[in-house]
Amino acid sequence: MSTDETGQGAAAAPEMAETSPAVAHRLIQLITPAGERVSHPEFDFWVKDVSDEQLCSLFEDMTVIRRIDVEATALQRQGELALWPPLLGQEAAQIGSGRSLRQDDFVFSSYRENGVAYCRGVDLTDLVRVWRGNASSGWNPYAINMATPQIIIGAQTLHATGYAMGIQYDGADAVSVAYFGDGATSEGDVNEAMVFAASFQVPVVFFCTNNHWAISEPVRLQSHIQLADRAAGFGIPSLRVDGNDVLAVMAVTRLALDRARRGGGPTFIEAVSYRMGPHTTADDPTRYRDANELEDWAAKDPISRVAALLERKGLLTADFQQHVRDQADAVAHRMRKGCTTMPDPEPMDVFRHVYSTPNSWLDRQQEHYARYLASFGEPAGAATQEGAR
Amino acid sequence: MIKEFRLPDLGEGLTESEILSWKVAVGDTVTLNQVIAEVETAKAVVELPSPFAGVIRELHEQPGSVVAVGNPIVSFEVPDDAALPPAAAAKGPANGAAATEGAAGTVTAVPEEGATEDAVAASAARGQSAVDAVPAPPKREPNLVGYGAVVESSGRPARRPRIFAPAGSSAADPSPVTPGQAGPAAAKPVESTVERPRSTPPVRKLARDLQVDLAQVAGTGPQGLITREDVQAFVHGAPGETGTPAEHRAAEQQSGEQPGKQPVVQGAGEREFRTPIKGVRKYTAAAMVESAFTAPHVTEFLTVDVTPTMELLGRLKASREFGALRLTPLTLAAKAVLIALRRNPSLNSRWDGAAQEIVTYNYVNLGIAAATPRGLTVPNIKDADRLSLAGLAEALAALTDTARAGRTAPAELSGGTLSITNIGVFGIDAGTPILNPGEAAILALGAVRTAPWEYRGEVALRQVITLSLSFDHRLVDGEQGSRFLADVGAILAEPGMALTMV
Repeated sequence: MSTDETGQGAAAAPEMAETSPAVAHRLIQLITPAGERVSHPEFDFWVKDVSDEQLCSLFEDMTVIRRIDVEATALQRQGELALWPPLLGQEAAQIGSGRSLRQDDFVFSSYRENGVAYCRGVDLTDLVRVWRGNASSGWNPYAINMATPQIIIGAQTLHATGYAMGIQYDGADAVSVAYFGDGATSEGDVNEAMVFAASFQVPVVFFCTNNHWAISEPVRLQSHIQLADRAAGFGIPSLRVDGNDVLAVMAVTRLALDRARRGGGPTFIEAVSYRMGPHTTADDPTRYRDANELEDWAAKDPISRVAALLERKGLLTADFQQHVRDQADAVAHRMRKGCTTMPDPEPMDVFRHVYSTPNSWLDRQQEHYARYLASFGEPAGAATQEGAR
Repeated sequence: MIKEFRLPDLGEGLTESEILSWKVAVGDTVTLNQVIAEVETAKAVVELPSPFAGVIRELHEQPGSVVAVGNPIVSFEVPDDAALPPAAAAKGPANGAAATEGAAGTVTAVPEEGATEDAVAASAARGQSAVDAVPAPPKREPNLVGYGAVVESSGRPARRPRIFAPAGSSAADPSPVTPGQAGPAAAKPVESTVERPRSTPPVRKLARDLQVDLAQVAGTGPQGLITREDVQAFVHGAPGETGTPAEHRAAEQQSGEQPGKQPVVQGAGEREFRTPIKGVRKYTAAAMVESAFTAPHVTEFLTVDVTPTMELLGRLKASREFGALRLTPLTLAAKAVLIALRRNPSLNSRWDGAAQEIVTYNYVNLGIAAATPRGLTVPNIKDADRLSLAGLAEALAALTDTARAGRTAPAELSGGTLSITNIGVFGIDAGTPILNPGEAAILALGAVRTAPWEYRGEVALRQVITLSLSFDHRLVDGEQGSRFLADVGAILAEPGMALTMV
């Protein structure tokens, strides 16, 4: 919720040469892996307002969601969650983009954008509710303007495009943002969504986090061109950004949002990052992934480069670091507590949110299920029944 | 307070995992999320983070043991405000509130302040209330995801089992069954013989717990459904309640027997048998599957006139030196194999995939497939290549005797380098034997038959045998396999040929 006013200074916006579909993509970067702030002729503009204080808070958010991720992974290993899709290594892509959104923007994400959900203000218990198998939907999408995570690969891009068409009909200047991964770009849904988005020039941002692996399938097998170049085929301008550079991600997201708000239609962002962990807690990446690759990407870590930058600026004080650690611990603790003390749903709850109106077919199922549950009997009840006979 | 930690489902739908190692010992103090063990699932090796902060009181499983999901693996002594990390427990409420505010505050990175203030405040408020709204944990067992919820019997309206009344389409069924009347199970013998008895999972569980065979119970529910009451009535032998054949449960039955129905039910049992897969059968199956799907098998056949070998056998049996020994065609064939192996060492080797090496043996542990009371075993004769013919005959006799008595030691079953299977004793000529896992070749000996055969330019009645050799094509090419088989055949066709090979 940050660029609304900034974006209106449109006259000051530089030419968007980088975004032309025809131009070969250069990786947009504002912070090098070593933590050096490099200037960029077009994109410095989009983050010129980011103060030291805000840089610190970006660092803090990335650290906190990494901690959330570690805690949730532990909860899965402890049997408290059925499954968890780790986001380790993708913190900058999620925080940089998530914190660029306005409150009335709407997010349609995959299952890995837990950092984005954190930016949207999701309740920490809601974050793990579905993964615990406690509910089929973790939160009220309208409470934080973020749909519940989509498990079907890429399906959310259709929802995002449809929502954007709605914004267009309403004449509003909100933006719909679809988050998906590299593998999703091979899906029919994503391609259809991009066709529609381009045809109707709707305010949608396609935010593709290229983490290089679609479970065990490397991105180089999926696409022989850069993913950002795929957008050109749809006539959608695209940007290729260092997804481990939180500032650069923020800059390109703000540009895309601004374009959408001003009626400029969709933008495709390829945030080049890396999935440092397994696909989910049920995956073993050592079976298909070269350890050297992991080492290369560890050197490009999104958090340590910001730490290095803060260090250069003299902002990485012991107090600040302690504050961030405390913050992360507190968040992790609240999430753990919320997770482990979550009341189990009642068995009949499964029928509650299927139809808004009565449905005889469902009623029949419900009645059968009630009878099934009743057949387990209860110690006290059994005695009563014997008496009744 | 002692807290048990049960093995969770670490993947999606796993039923068991192996404890590889413990990183802690009894008496160790551990912190929340400290790695306590390494566990291997069917999917991956994972580290187990401690779910509690406390002291390890007991390790229920040893490294190397395969544990079913849901079984306790470790017990902790934890402070009474259990399961809370000490750091967090130490934090006061004020601290918690501050943290909440901070988290919500980070939602914004605001180039221009102002319009977003309210939103931040709202977020903060929402975050705050949501956190505060976490209810005090109700008294409940830790419900580990992956093996089903514990049914809470408190705080829920007491449910009574419904008595199924005949309704709708099931109205035609006689229900409930009256004494002496043929129940649905008896009335529909065809159904009951092809399907398992109709019941519900909880009733099946009850029956299993009470050791009741549901096939013996007549159902009184709709369309013959066996209800909880039917099972209980069966156990208590309630007279007239069910048409219960009572043979198997005679001890618990006092009356109400309906022996007339027994044949129908018994007939149902005889149409198919179910035998648990275990023991030698399970091991054999695993070994055969492993072998068949790792080693690419090639089988070659050679039919030879072994009349000279049979004549030699006759002479040896008549001799003073060998007369007392148990000499058979298998003895001579085994000797022929050992001689031929020296010229074809690649058949006496092993594929070591892990080391990416081929192990060629300088010795022969000759396996002999033996049908035993427990099933197929392949004990082997150690260093068979160093034995004389007499020694080999003795070893073979000892091996088969031991195997038939079911007294084969595990050491005799491992370390084989090449095997022979004597299918001829069953009157069979040829087959495509599956390699004993880890070995490069196996030779099947067919039956020695008297058959018309070309002999010195004419057809004559000769004693003929078919040799079937399977080999691992990763290790042995067609050339080596064929040469080996031809050598064995040459010796059996003319034992004197052995002189050219040693």
